[in-house]
Amino acid sequence: MRTRLAVDIGGTFTDLVLETPSGTHSHKLLTSPDAPERAVLEGTEQLLAKAGVSPGAVELVLHGTTLATNALIERKGARTALITTQGFRDSVEIAYEHRFAQYDIYMERPAPLVPRALRLEVPERVAADGEILLPMDEAALDAIAETLKAKQIEAVAICFLHSFTNDAHERRAGEILAAKLPGLSISLSCDVCPEVREYDRASTTIANAYVRPLMDTYLARLQQGLASFGVGAPVLMMMSSGGLCTVEAARLYPVRLVESGPAGGAILARQVAAQNALEKVLAFDMGGTTAKLTLIEKGRFHMARSFEVARAYRFVQGSGLPIRIPVIELVEIGAGGGSIARRDALGRIQVGPDSSGSAPGPACYGLGGEAPTVTDADLLLGRLDPARFAGGRIPLHEDRAAAAMAPLGAEGAVGIAEIVDETMASAARVHAVENGEDTAGRTMIAFGGAAPLHAARLAQKLGIHRVLVPKGAGVGSAFGFLAAPIGFEVVRTRYMRLAALDAAVLDAMFTEMRAEAEAVVRQASPGGALLETRTAFMRYRGQGHEISVTVAPGSTAESLYADFVEAYRGVFGRAIPGLQAEVMTWALSLSEPVPEPEVLAPVPALPAPAPLALRPLTDPADGSTREAAVLPRASLLPGTQVTGPALIVEDETTTVVPAGWVAGINAAGQILLEYTP
Amino acid sequence: MNDIRLQVMWNRLLSVVEEQGRTLVRTAFSTSAREAGDISAGVFDVQGRMLAQAVTGTPGHVNSMARSVKHFLDRIPAETMKPGDHYFTNDPWMGTGHLYDVVVTSPAFHKGKLVGLFSCTVHVVDIGGIGMSSDAKQVYQEGLRLPIMPVARQGVVDEWLMDLVRANVREPVQVEGDIYALMACNETGERRLSDMLAENGLDDLEMLGEHIIERSRAAMVAEIAKLPRGSWTSHMRIDGMEAPIDLHAKLTIAGDHIEVDYDGTSAQSAFGINCPYCYTDAYTAFGIRCIVGPEVPNNHGSLEVIRVKAPEGSILNAQFPAAVNARSTMGHMLPDVVYGALDQALPGRVPAEGTSNLWNLKLGAGQGLTGPTKQPFMVVMFHSGGAGARPHQHGLAATPFPSGVKNVPVEVTETVAPLVVWKKALRDGSGGAGQWRGGDGQVMEVAHRHGEAFAIFATFERVTYPARGRHGGEDGARGVVRLGSGTALKAKGMQVIPAGDRLVVEMPGGGGMGKAG
Repeated sequence: MRTRLAVDIGGTFTDLVLETPSGTHSHKLLTSPDAPERAVLEGTEQLLAKAGVSPGAVELVLHGTTLATNALIERKGARTALITTQGFRDSVEIAYEHRFAQYDIYMERPAPLVPRALRLEVPERVAADGEILLPMDEAALDAIAETLKAKQIEAVAICFLHSFTNDAHERRAGEILAAKLPGLSISLSCDVCPEVREYDRASTTIANAYVRPLMDTYLARLQQGLASFGVGAPVLMMMSSGGLCTVEAARLYPVRLVESGPAGGAILARQVAAQNALEKVLAFDMGGTTAKLTLIEKGRFHMARSFEVARAYRFVQGSGLPIRIPVIELVEIGAGGGSIARRDALGRIQVGPDSSGSAPGPACYGLGGEAPTVTDADLLLGRLDPARFAGGRIPLHEDRAAAAMAPLGAEGAVGIAEIVDETMASAARVHAVENGEDTAGRTMIAFGGAAPLHAARLAQKLGIHRVLVPKGAGVGSAFGFLAAPIGFEVVRTRYMRLAALDAAVLDAMFTEMRAEAEAVVRQASPGGALLETRTAFMRYRGQGHEISVTVAPGSTAESLYADFVEAYRGVFGRAIPGLQAEVMTWALSLSEPVPEPEVLAPVPALPAPAPLALRPLTDPADGSTREAAVLPRASLLPGTQVTGPALIVEDETTTVVPAGWVAGINAAGQILLEYTP
Repeated sequence: MNDIRLQVMWNRLLSVVEEQGRTLVRTAFSTSAREAGDISAGVFDVQGRMLAQAVTGTPGHVNSMARSVKHFLDRIPAETMKPGDHYFTNDPWMGTGHLYDVVVTSPAFHKGKLVGLFSCTVHVVDIGGIGMSSDAKQVYQEGLRLPIMPVARQGVVDEWLMDLVRANVREPVQVEGDIYALMACNETGERRLSDMLAENGLDDLEMLGEHIIERSRAAMVAEIAKLPRGSWTSHMRIDGMEAPIDLHAKLTIAGDHIEVDYDGTSAQSAFGINCPYCYTDAYTAFGIRCIVGPEVPNNHGSLEVIRVKAPEGSILNAQFPAAVNARSTMGHMLPDVVYGALDQALPGRVPAEGTSNLWNLKLGAGQGLTGPTKQPFMVVMFHSGGAGARPHQHGLAATPFPSGVKNVPVEVTETVAPLVVWKKALRDGSGGAGQWRGGDGQVMEVAHRHGEAFAIFATFERVTYPARGRHGGEDGARGVVRLGSGTALKAKGMQVIPAGDRLVVEMPGGGGMGKAG
């Protein structure tokens, strides 16, 4: 085993995990938003000292950060311009011409990252089939260069119509500007997101341009800082796809780093699933503001082609900026420990999506928060020990929680817990149906500060009877980075009817895509075998949504059609006889295989130790209150069996074991909750 | 049963219909469904009262589907329904207002007992007849009409009936695919409902249904109680097809309900822009619910406090066999008419008039339109002009209201049809001036990829009579439809863009709010 350091910069905390041949060490400290590398370097120093490892001994650094995401949410990116085909500079403002909140006449769409005055047009036109209808007016670019200079533009996104089919104009425009304005950061849509749909492609390219100068300087400072501190190891960056890439690739395509934290969490869950030989898993990550749910089948994630960043309206789909990049598919809900509850016009309890954040925080923190939150409900239900929260660093005030809860009535705490769990359950069910899956019968893997408090009840609502709580759940994403493969995915939109599929064209395209992916992957993995997966995004002719179909070597139009029909039946239950199929987009992913972890050996059962204390615990399922045994997780040896109701407490979280559930500790110290009605 | 339990089950029922709706969006062929989520899906009690609907879909479908299920129960008595049955119709007066919308209603059984009905609607790709045009004079010319009848009995689809459907539409495979998608969508709902009832130890939906309807009705009544009582009237003149149309509304806020009476409105048109009552009711209720109790879930309880009257034979209660293809041309205008009256009762609470009617570009070429061609096509591009200014906010540019559709990307349109869009830009200054400006429209210029002729099926409004401002705000700019070479085109009906020429569409702006300056 090599000595590797994983670093995850979150909005509040920077988490570090050091893996050495002799053991694993972790560390957590506050993020330093003004210079994020400072916390990384400080944390690294402290963690290495704690572990007794010299900086030079670190062989690889794995890194994920929310820096790009936060720049997009807070709109603190570079001064960016957009260059479009003449007649289309307003596309990014017109967006989908959609009202995402149907009954709200006051709804506003998010403003584009680039204001109209900085959206410039060039006479040029490429047709859908790639033919040039209007040659590019290169003199117009000279004028644009002057404007960019006068307006002190740092970054530019170039997005011409159909550039994913013929990139000649976009590339030439990039060359002209690069020659005239050295130092200008240029992102081409044919590089960043070579896919059909002009608004999505422009939105993604702009986001890339917008965060690029910032990420560029940050990554340079980080590498210098690590080197000056004696850590000369290469740095690999975590991407939203769940793969790792070099810093050089990250500096070209920083938009691919946007969902790295959630990706790390999902990879941790996959690792835990493999250790426990689980085929069907629902990963459940619940923190202070949001909850994330991910489906895993036989060690594989569902992959998505796009997501939205910076949803500005109650987490509603459509209220954010679309980003089209490879991403592990997950559903994110505005439900966390800090989510605020209220009664609506009908007297119904509503929870979230607004959150009390870390300041003022839930009412029970006693820091000025007055609104009742999920954490306040958890405290009043007896799920949290007021003296032991966050290892005792944050004393909790039950009287403040009770006062905040009063306006919701006697059933407030039970109501909040039930509604927030039901909201998450609904999101999980809809997410499953969209992926042609079901939640029932899965094993849930729960991590993040609030998840082990809600996992058992949420599981019941989803027909799930087994829940695993991994160790170190509080620094889950960083742990996940250690299990991530080096890899890169290349995507191309090339519309083809299966009937007219040209194997030679297809082969040439995949060869080109392979070369592009290899150029990135080989920087981080110079030798060794690589795993290649080819995917086609297919649909019946006339449909609007595609499903992914694996393209096996030597695929023909007939075999692809058969594979598509099979996949379609899997997702939707029935195929449609006699209908032709078509492919919109192709993807090739290349990765270094990651060794599967060993399956954990069973351990002989041990009785539970005497409880530290007894606490009254209310079960929202039936409203009953019973005495629950309080047990420190650190005192539970592998094999220990704990019968609910019980609370297994640790610094970062508490695992609630309701009546009817039994908790067992496995060989890796993970808690396995099983429902035995 | 305590309140929290009921609330949790209510939320669960909403998640059941959400799953039902998503299944339909994912599998449908219809452009409006897949690009715009323009479908409806809902669950009903055994009396045909809507309990919950998926939040996808646009109001015209949802609220008219809410009425449609009662027609199914009248025609097919509940006691004759069997598990695995599916019934359908596209009758404009029994369904959702025109032949393009196919409604499928299916009984849901739990432990062998009928516990409710699932219903869903999709706008199919084609229904035969005259096509997407508003030029027909009778509904018979508009295509195949399917009375309420079983399409599947105990799980077995009636293949002879499917043959009949296939033989009467231009895209038989896709239309059949949509009918299968509708049935699958209701089956998903039925399975999930059964799971939910089992998990909660319930035998039927009766108690939960009563709770939902009562709570929602009471919440709406409480909202109405906060409003001033009285009657107010409004009038809006719109372009129409052969002659301008006057829409009159009298809005009455009573103790426990709101009534809208369209007495005095113009008689039905000779062409296909007529609106059946169900669709009039749907958009009127939606317009009011955006202002009064927008947070209250949409169901039988919240809808029953809004009562809508329209004289028989008027354009808002068109009678069989009137042509109704473009009934949304009228329906989309109704919130603006209602707001004209509501603004007097509740000054400062409603938006100014907007483009309201969708400016969809329905284009095609081929036999019967432009003559034979190697590349016949038919395409709908969803686009919108500007919306009205809001109290204290500018109007949304290029955004539909009250419809909730999304546009189709230019690159997608150009991939499936031989067209080139040379311009798609905001139409500067088209929003009415005011303290709060109306939303700008947009300009589009479209040519044939190979310079051939192509046809447009126009159903545009606000070309003669603009969206009016409120409280001193100015009117939005009128819409313009013309050839690139200059000649004006008509705002309604099928017309040909000659070979080598372009279509130019300048979409209207929304009205402004308050005096500018």
